[in-house]
Amino acid sequence: MIWEAVAQPFVEFAFMRRALVGSLAVALASAPVGVFLTLRRMSMTGDAIAHGMLPGVAAAYLLAGLSLYAMTLGGLVSGLAVAVLAGLTARVTVQHEDASLACFHLLALALGVVIVSLGGSQVDLVHVLFGSVLALGDGAVLTLAGAASVTLLALTLIYRPLVLECVDPAFLKAVGGRTGAWVHHVFMSLVVLDLVAGFHALGSLMAVGIMILPAAAARFWARDIDRTITVAVAVALLSVPAGLLASFHADIPCGPAIVLAAGTIYLLSMALGPYGSLRSLTTPAWHYRA
Amino acid sequence: MSAALAFRDVTLGYERRPAVHHLTGAVAAGELLAVVGPNGAGKSTLLKGAAGEIEPFSGTVERNGARPGEIAYLPQQTGLDRSFPLTVFDLVAMGRWGTIGAFAPLGGVCQACIEAALERVGLEDFGPRTVATLSRGQLQRVLFARLLVQDAPLILLDEPFTALDQATEDALVAILRIWHGEGRTVVAVLHDLARVRAIFPRTLLLARTAIAWGPTESALARDNLAAAGTLAEAWDDAAPRCAPEELAA
Repeated sequence: MIWEAVAQPFVEFAFMRRALVGSLAVALASAPVGVFLTLRRMSMTGDAIAHGMLPGVAAAYLLAGLSLYAMTLGGLVSGLAVAVLAGLTARVTVQHEDASLACFHLLALALGVVIVSLGGSQVDLVHVLFGSVLALGDGAVLTLAGAASVTLLALTLIYRPLVLECVDPAFLKAVGGRTGAWVHHVFMSLVVLDLVAGFHALGSLMAVGIMILPAAAARFWARDIDRTITVAVAVALLSVPAGLLASFHADIPCGPAIVLAAGTIYLLSMALGPYGSLRSLTTPAWHYRA
Repeated sequence: MSAALAFRDVTLGYERRPAVHHLTGAVAAGELLAVVGPNGAGKSTLLKGAAGEIEPFSGTVERNGARPGEIAYLPQQTGLDRSFPLTVFDLVAMGRWGTIGAFAPLGGVCQACIEAALERVGLEDFGPRTVATLSRGQLQRVLFARLLVQDAPLILLDEPFTALDQATEDALVAILRIWHGEGRTVVAVLHDLARVRAIFPRTLLLARTAIAWGPTESALARDNLAAAGTLAEAWDDAAPRCAPEELAA
């Protein structure tokens, strides 16, 4: 019975297997990136960049049709453009990064909707915004796996300076010169890369979900950075099959189902997690001897 | 003796307004120098310029060939994100960046020197604790441990003893004396003149420019302090451009 409900869909249908592998790859890469985003109080940055991909993806679709590589390239270019322009504005002018990101992502979003309206029907827009994980071809799965591999490798290489840049950027600047700046740029590129990968699976609006929700949930379960990342990855990996199965059995769209699964774990963590959750409000306030 | 730090006609500031104005002078290697002066005198700005954090409007800062990473600099307000889930040990370990960079392993010797630094500041059991659990004074001691681990020949401290209790201050002063004994150059911004007279052989009395720079007792003479006290803090919106004579002529 349980076997049938949990394993049967993946055994029986190749599209479910591809969806599982592709989404797991996205989850594996997005969760650690999301941990650093949330720790740097840049959760909304992910959202902004996801919207920033829209004009590139829409333009690619307009020029090349439903081509995997054209849309990936378009998303990468315009997502990076939003991240770089917002980052440069924040570094060079008086504006803080949250304001500059808001400005550029709104510009990009408006531009994207205009481009979509130039070319196609409403159906295409829904496709772009909410993804099509059940229609992933082999090429798409390989692209997602490639993006995940690049992300994990790069994250491993920049891990130490990235942590330093998060904790004490002024110190890193003093001892490491330009290191902080390029680590920041590499990291932002990884955010864009993962969001573009996530866009294929979950859609541009939902890709941020698998990045931020597991990271936010993990914070309630861990106090040091290594464990936070481990928990975040576990939450993301768990959300994928949970969401796909819910989608399969209840006949609801996959991308939102996966994000809802992650969101459910987030809400449970916020209520029950050992560190700083709602539970700490209701438990008796005992303390250790001094 | 060669200078560890030399200012040649250095002007530093913000938005074209000088906080340090045409300062010339040198800190000899191995010197223990206090920088004192009223609020707004440019003390922190001077340290930022010395550390290379800001570039002078004019003049040059010479660091005896030291790369910026070879200068240990403790700013008055660290931009440290204390909510980041990082252990005290890892924070202190950051001091080794100059040696190990982004990729090299920490190594056993390094780990021992981090433990030793924590012990030296009286926080030997604090390694596994997270930074968020530290008090202000404990954090300052952890940052001193990081300075110890940095093992730099030139150390710049901006009001290192503010908001510390007597015992903590004494512990950190002891480290200052050890650094001095090891021949390191230490420049510290301080407010407590009694403390300065007790510890620092030499003093720079700063009020945008050097009011006095020399042996502490004479630098802190009554008339010097009175002269420094007349510093006008506010910007003068009608201030003319400062032009060196040769340009004006």
